[in-house]
Amino acid sequence: MTVNCHIVSTEPGKDNPTVRNHFIIALAGNPNVGKSTVFNRLTGMKQHTGNWPGKTVIKAEGTFYHRNRRYTLVDLPGTYSLHAGSADEQVARDFICFSRPDITLVVSDATCLERNLNLVLQVLEITSQVVLCVNLMDEAKRKRIQVDTEKLAQELGIPVVGTAARSGQGLNRLKNVLGDMVDGKIVTSPRCVVYDQELESLVQQIEPRLAIYMPNWVNRRWVALRLLEGEFNLLNHIPHNALMDYPRGEIKEDGALCLL
Amino acid sequence: MHSSLSLADIPVGSSARITSIVTIGPNRRRLLDLGLVPGSRVDSIRRSPAGNPTAYWIKGTVIALRNEDASQILVDTRGVF
Amino acid sequence: MSAISEQKIPVLRELEPLLPANEAVIKDRIVSSIYQQAEAICRQAVKTGKPPVNLDARLDGILTSRWLGFPIMLLLLALVLWITITGANYPSQLLAGGLFWLEEQLASLFMAWGAPAWLYGILILGVYRTLAWVIAVMLPPMAIFFPLFTLLEDLGYLPRVAFNMDNLFRRAGAHGKQCLTMCMGFGCNAAGVTSCRIIDSPRERLIAILTNTFSVCNGRFPTLIVLATIFMGALVAPAYSSMLAALVVVGIIMTGIVVTLFISYLLSRTLLRGVPSFFVLELPPFRKPQLGQIIIRSLLDRTLFVLGRAVVIAAPAGALTWILANSFVGDVSVFTRLTSWLDPLGQIMGMDGIILMAFLLGLPANEIVLPIIIMGYMSAGSMLELDSMSALRTLLLDHGWTWITAICVMLFSLLHFPCGTTLYTIFKETRRARWTLLALLLPLILGILTTLLVNQGAGLIKL
Ligand SMILES: Nc1nc2c(ncn2[C@@H]2O[C@H](COP(=O)(O)OP(=O)(O)OP(=O)(O)O)[C@@H](O)[C@H]2O)c(=O)[nH]1
Ligand SMILES: [Mg+2]
Repeated sequence: MTVNCHIVSTEPGKDNPTVRNHFIIALAGNPNVGKSTVFNRLTGMKQHTGNWPGKTVIKAEGTFYHRNRRYTLVDLPGTYSLHAGSADEQVARDFICFSRPDITLVVSDATCLERNLNLVLQVLEITSQVVLCVNLMDEAKRKRIQVDTEKLAQELGIPVVGTAARSGQGLNRLKNVLGDMVDGKIVTSPRCVVYDQELESLVQQIEPRLAIYMPNWVNRRWVALRLLEGEFNLLNHIPHNALMDYPRGEIKEDGALCLL
Repeated sequence: MHSSLSLADIPVGSSARITSIVTIGPNRRRLLDLGLVPGSRVDSIRRSPAGNPTAYWIKGTVIALRNEDASQILVDTRGVF
Repeated sequence: MSAISEQKIPVLRELEPLLPANEAVIKDRIVSSIYQQAEAICRQAVKTGKPPVNLDARLDGILTSRWLGFPIMLLLLALVLWITITGANYPSQLLAGGLFWLEEQLASLFMAWGAPAWLYGILILGVYRTLAWVIAVMLPPMAIFFPLFTLLEDLGYLPRVAFNMDNLFRRAGAHGKQCLTMCMGFGCNAAGVTSCRIIDSPRERLIAILTNTFSVCNGRFPTLIVLATIFMGALVAPAYSSMLAALVVVGIIMTGIVVTLFISYLLSRTLLRGVPSFFVLELPPFRKPQLGQIIIRSLLDRTLFVLGRAVVIAAPAGALTWILANSFVGDVSVFTRLTSWLDPLGQIMGMDGIILMAFLLGLPANEIVLPIIIMGYMSAGSMLELDSMSALRTLLLDHGWTWITAICVMLFSLLHFPCGTTLYTIFKETRRARWTLLALLLPLILGILTTLLVNQGAGLIKL
């Protein structure tokens, strides 16, 4: 069942369409899918990469220019979901959920897409400004796995680009898609997971009551679901008042041990 | 129907379907996020030289679990080939 | 409901009546729904053909096999070190020769220019000489070691090592991913400490942080390699010398691993008591490494980067050492005064005051320990032209070194305080001075005890 949920827009042009020329893109994705490789390819930087999950543990920023626009790309540690366990996953979770990037570029592994979609669908619950990069297409081909990116785009309601980042394949297309997205030429209608009736009715009761407690950009459906799951900690990450706010892309880097 | 067979009990080379997860708290969530959801198929593929941990094939990836953690995952081997 | 401070969060007070008590069940339902959708989407968009022969499984079958898993790990480690030592030997000699030829040219330039002796001393005998040694000794082994290590890393071998070793860490009450953080530590301990973030459990993460210094970092590898080559390598016929040297370095690394496991075991039964937490490790498919990329990357990004950092620290350290060695109080230099004060302790640990002093001055970076030792000896009267490894050997022998001294220096290089950057990183990651202090004292005490035992033991059996 596909439903286009009402998502509080984090549309980039909104703040000031004529002046904004600089956009923040977060690189999210499961561990070891090639996020840092994509990052290096796009920014020309030299983040360390390696064939094991957990190579990147702190976030890194880089810039690139495309069609007269400046992009700040933020490479994040890999995470299997937005329910962070370890400190590196927390860094990723915090940035994806609370820093309001203009676009969240989710990188995924073409050879095990199903598990990767777990994260994609979770990200789609937070923001509609998502581009999916299906990386490791060369590996998938070798393993005789065919990913139909168009079909996938249709199913998810967001742009999908197939890439082989290590050889640079598909990255120009990716840049164009990102450009079209910030220019407002691509309008997404993200697929939204619809839960069972009991849950949905609870969400409907909670959602409107959240309005006065948090700024408009916070996705209230998402917060409602997390509260139902008992994840109260996330409230510490968002302003407790509709009028309080902090700028885009800003989130304090953390990850130090806190218990001991 | 609940069998008391756990993932740690199935021999290397055999497959099973997850019936339920006993672990609670954050670890439960961790397993679910890796694709170990009830109903999904798991293949036990190899043990480490010391016999622990064991590697499983789950939704297109290889995940290693310690035997004491795998014993928290209940499985059914019937009807899985 | 959880104990989160509800006073602080008014929204929770309002919503409390609405939130059901069965959070865990709701969680399950949410994940299941998401996975159902994911499955449905994949049915539409992904087609799997008949998979080709699973080479991964075959390779895994060998690399993690019951009988071959451990021997292969050891063999690979020895092989990497052997290639590094053999390959680095000649370029090191060449570089040393070239750099000291350049020193002579610079010296005559200084003469012609009529520069004052102290300036010549600081810049050439202090800064330049230290730099020359750092470069000649560090560059070749790193330029070979890094690409080899990256090759294994890109192939996907590291998670297999963690898979093989996990049982040992489990018994030590630690996390299997500690093995991955140790692998990062072989590059740089500061990076290794940060990489401990991949460990969920704070207790196990702290154990991994505190023991990371027992992984020999690239600042210490060259010292080990040089000493193993000129002392142990010289014990056998030249054809076998680099093989023996490699085995000695493997021995030191293995000692480090054993110490890591032992200290982890102790910590998890004393200060950091607890049972092993949950462990999941993904074993990614093997991927064919891109040779060209690896060589360029590890040369430009890692080798030159690390070398650059070493040079930045070595230059002032060289100047400082020269100044200390050439400022006199009475007729004894400050350096000699300081080192003679350390000498008694050094002697019972199988070393001497100059060596201990070098380790102290090497706090900012382990790379400069050996150059400072050399400078200390040279300023202490020896007028040697130091342009080759054999000259270095003579210098050390002249100052009373035996192979017991070499062993003690290698052990102390493995077991002393972490370098300044690592200590700072530990402080940043733990936010506690006491853990940082423990990270400093633990290896130091262990190092003093070990070298003491080795030296006294060797004395007893009259080696
Ligand atoms: N064959 C192939 N390999 C790739 C591709 N993209 C990345 N890789 C390799 O996959 C491995 C992982 O890449 P990274 O960029 O480190 O992955 P990551 O997502 O940043 O990983 P974490 O930081 O651990 O989350 C590296 O060995 C890359 O060389 C690709 O398109 N094709
Ligand atoms: Mg990365």
